[in-house]
Amino acid sequence: MSVTQPPVVDREESTGRFGDLVFAGISRGSAILIMLALAGVAVFLLQQGLPALGHHGDSTYGKDSIWGFVWPLLFGTLLASVIAMLVAAPLAIGVALIISHYAPRPIAKVMGWLIDLLAAIPSVVYGLWGIQFLALNMVPVYQWLEDHAGWIPFFEGPVPNSGRTMFTAGLVLAVMALPIITAICREVFAQTPKMHQEAALALGATRWEMIRLAVFPYARSGMVSAVLLGLGRALGETMAVAMVLAPTLLVSFNLITAEKGSSTIAANIALNFGNASGSKIETLIFSGLVLFVITFAVNFLGRAIAARGRKG
Amino acid sequence: MTDLQTAPPVSPRQSMSLTGATLPRLAPVLAAVIAAGVGALAAVIGGVGWVAAAFVAWLVLVVGLPLWSSAVEGGRKARDRVATLLVWSAFGLAMIPLVSLVWTVLSKGIGILSGQFLTYSMRGVLGEGGGIYHAIMGTLVITALATVISVPIGVLTAVYLVEYGKSSTLARVITFLVDVMTGIPSIVAGLFAYALFALFFGPGVRMGLGGAVALSVLMVPIVVRATEEMLKLVPDELREAAYALGVPKWRTITKVVLPTAVSGIVTGVTLAVARVAGETAPLLIIAGLTTSTNLDPFSDRMATLPVFIFYSITEPGLYVDEMTDYAWGAALVLVAIVMLLNVVARVVGGLFAPKTGR
Amino acid sequence: MAKSIDVSDLDIYYGDFLAVEGVTMTIKARSVTAFIGPSGCGKSTFLRSLNRMHEAIPGARVEGKVMVDGQSLYEPSIDPVAVRRQIGMVFQRPNPFPTMSIYENVLAGKRLNAKRMSRSDADDLVERSLRGANLWTEVKDRLSRPGMSLSGGQQQRLCIARAIAVEPQVLLMDEPCSALDPISTAAIEDLIHELKADYTIVIVTHNMQQAARVSDDTGFFNLKAAGEPGHLVEFNPTTKMFTNPDDESTEAYISGRFG
Repeated sequence: MSVTQPPVVDREESTGRFGDLVFAGISRGSAILIMLALAGVAVFLLQQGLPALGHHGDSTYGKDSIWGFVWPLLFGTLLASVIAMLVAAPLAIGVALIISHYAPRPIAKVMGWLIDLLAAIPSVVYGLWGIQFLALNMVPVYQWLEDHAGWIPFFEGPVPNSGRTMFTAGLVLAVMALPIITAICREVFAQTPKMHQEAALALGATRWEMIRLAVFPYARSGMVSAVLLGLGRALGETMAVAMVLAPTLLVSFNLITAEKGSSTIAANIALNFGNASGSKIETLIFSGLVLFVITFAVNFLGRAIAARGRKG
Repeated sequence: MTDLQTAPPVSPRQSMSLTGATLPRLAPVLAAVIAAGVGALAAVIGGVGWVAAAFVAWLVLVVGLPLWSSAVEGGRKARDRVATLLVWSAFGLAMIPLVSLVWTVLSKGIGILSGQFLTYSMRGVLGEGGGIYHAIMGTLVITALATVISVPIGVLTAVYLVEYGKSSTLARVITFLVDVMTGIPSIVAGLFAYALFALFFGPGVRMGLGGAVALSVLMVPIVVRATEEMLKLVPDELREAAYALGVPKWRTITKVVLPTAVSGIVTGVTLAVARVAGETAPLLIIAGLTTSTNLDPFSDRMATLPVFIFYSITEPGLYVDEMTDYAWGAALVLVAIVMLLNVVARVVGGLFAPKTGR
Repeated sequence: MAKSIDVSDLDIYYGDFLAVEGVTMTIKARSVTAFIGPSGCGKSTFLRSLNRMHEAIPGARVEGKVMVDGQSLYEPSIDPVAVRRQIGMVFQRPNPFPTMSIYENVLAGKRLNAKRMSRSDADDLVERSLRGANLWTEVKDRLSRPGMSLSGGQQQRLCIARAIAVEPQVLLMDEPCSALDPISTAAIEDLIHELKADYTIVIVTHNMQQAARVSDDTGFFNLKAAGEPGHLVEFNPTTKMFTNPDDESTEAYISGRFG
């Protein structure tokens, strides 16, 4: 047979094409699987959660309608997250500046590493620390606030001996979000072009003026998106809050009390799901859906701002 | 300052002082010592607590040094010093909870650690004498399952996005959805797994596999992101070199691209594992808690470290003190596992990172 | 009065690495002094040490003396911020602040000192500085546009306007034309000639023709050997340097035999 060679080449070529087809198919398949999974999340949550729209009375934990049930929790979620961001954002920016501009290089490197490690600590451990350490140690502070600033609705009290209050929950969330915000801000600060910083220094700027002139304007969108991503994390955070707060369904600005304070969506699901059945589960799933939508909106905003900052 | 009104146009200033009054180099130290002294005085004479004393000292420093600087060096230098003080204060304040967290976990958790604690379950144990073997095993089994589910899907999706999809509509949609998935609250992932399994096994279902599915929902986007980044770092020249040798695309990817990026992918996967190993909320809903060791993820409740910690604190029953000790011990073990994974990830990433050497 | 600068026996280090060794020279007031030499010979490093900008790089330090107006730059009592106000700098790549308009860019340095400047004073200063940088007629109708919207040459002149708005005594220029086209380069060179009347100008350049065109004095930097620190080979009036240099290696470099 004179044509033994061509078939070999031919076989190899076709193997290549076949392999390509299969491999491309598999990888496209897993991409589509992700799409289906997310569609699945949406469909299942809607299917199980939407019936709750008609619920009232016992199945909404004694509220007139599903909104009467969701609103106080939503309010509490936002309140805790806002407290967390008010505390965490300035601190995180400070820590990021220390790492990027103030501390000597070798120390800064170690600190950046430590912050990354802290970002990995599980939230349940933050919760444990919050309830067993932070809450107890905050009681004197709350007491002082109640005594001296009790006329402000935030600090009306009464202060519980356990210290398990909305403010404690906010602080725990702040401590959790701190490493995340710091990590992103640090990256952004470190990326500020050297030449703009030198331009500021050459004009006779002090270090702080250089940071305001060259670093902050450049990093603004990155900082905003860092805070928004931290907020997204705080909104969806369950365990730390669930461990610190008692499940209530109140709308309250009172930050330093236990019984008359608010709770959050995620914590409420975690605390009630074990004992819930039937229509109550639908109610809880519906509140999860609301949380999903809000977290998504915040994260989306954060990413959009970050993307716009990269372009502009 | 030169008065602008009288300054001749574009003419350099006549006087030239480079010194400018400056505080002595040790001024901040001196100010800190004085501030600490005032704080101590407040504690001794005023009888305030040490927290209040520290606050007083801080206040003296943050107000005093800039005032001193403002008097000697002028407003700009004073502002620079205020900024420096505030930035370092923020840093110090941020370190307090973080250090306290690590210290509390270490000091409260170390006491209960023992061979028995690590090898016994809580089966039939009330109060003392139990262990967290069942929870450790549960965490390992569920996390391993989640990894087995997520890594192939995540890596292949990233391969699709970088190598095949490029800028097709499907790829853009997937990228967007992966972004959405990164933001899914963990409890919502748990609700999804519950809703999915309730469909097949009826309401009230609890099983380890469900936990693994819920964790996968959280883990897949992290793996996709990390792998995508790594694949993008592989230079196109390498792919072209392979194509030029007549290697088919899929072999180029499996034999050239993925091996080049493997250390980065391993790092990303390890970090993702560390992240989900500590997740509590989804497991609370779908895996539940039990006192005995259950190694079968396809049936019944399965204890995990995070859920064990949670219930030991929220529902300790009669033996509050013992359960609290268990919680701290379990927390220490959990943190140790997560930290170990992180360090491993960094070592792997660091060892293989400089791929450009030759 | 613009000031002269006396440098004596200056060594510049990055950490333990000696980058520039034993430079001694006198830079005359109200003149243009150019530094030429092959890449990596330390001429930019030396330039940056004249207003303590090299301190922006961690680990950089200096031994020796730089005297400006009878004051030693590296005395502990000297404030680097004050030094940089008196000795301005223009960089290799134009670097207007990207978030600021043309107007704000010019005022950026001045705003640091005079927080409350009346609108008319500010307008005045912007116009004077932009005129000083030969940019006024080109940008007067679009002062509120971003500084980055200008062409490369215009951006560089904006940076010069920003530097002279602070009213320094000395202007350091680190290869200010290396990123520009020939026409923009000619505009900057013309500007340097005009600025000479009011400022002491020190310019680092890769371009020997440019040094010959703009400078009164020229310093030639070279490496003794690869891995050795850079040093000043010869410092002479430009005309002498380019017609009858003292040193053989200067002649070799100028006539294009290396570098």
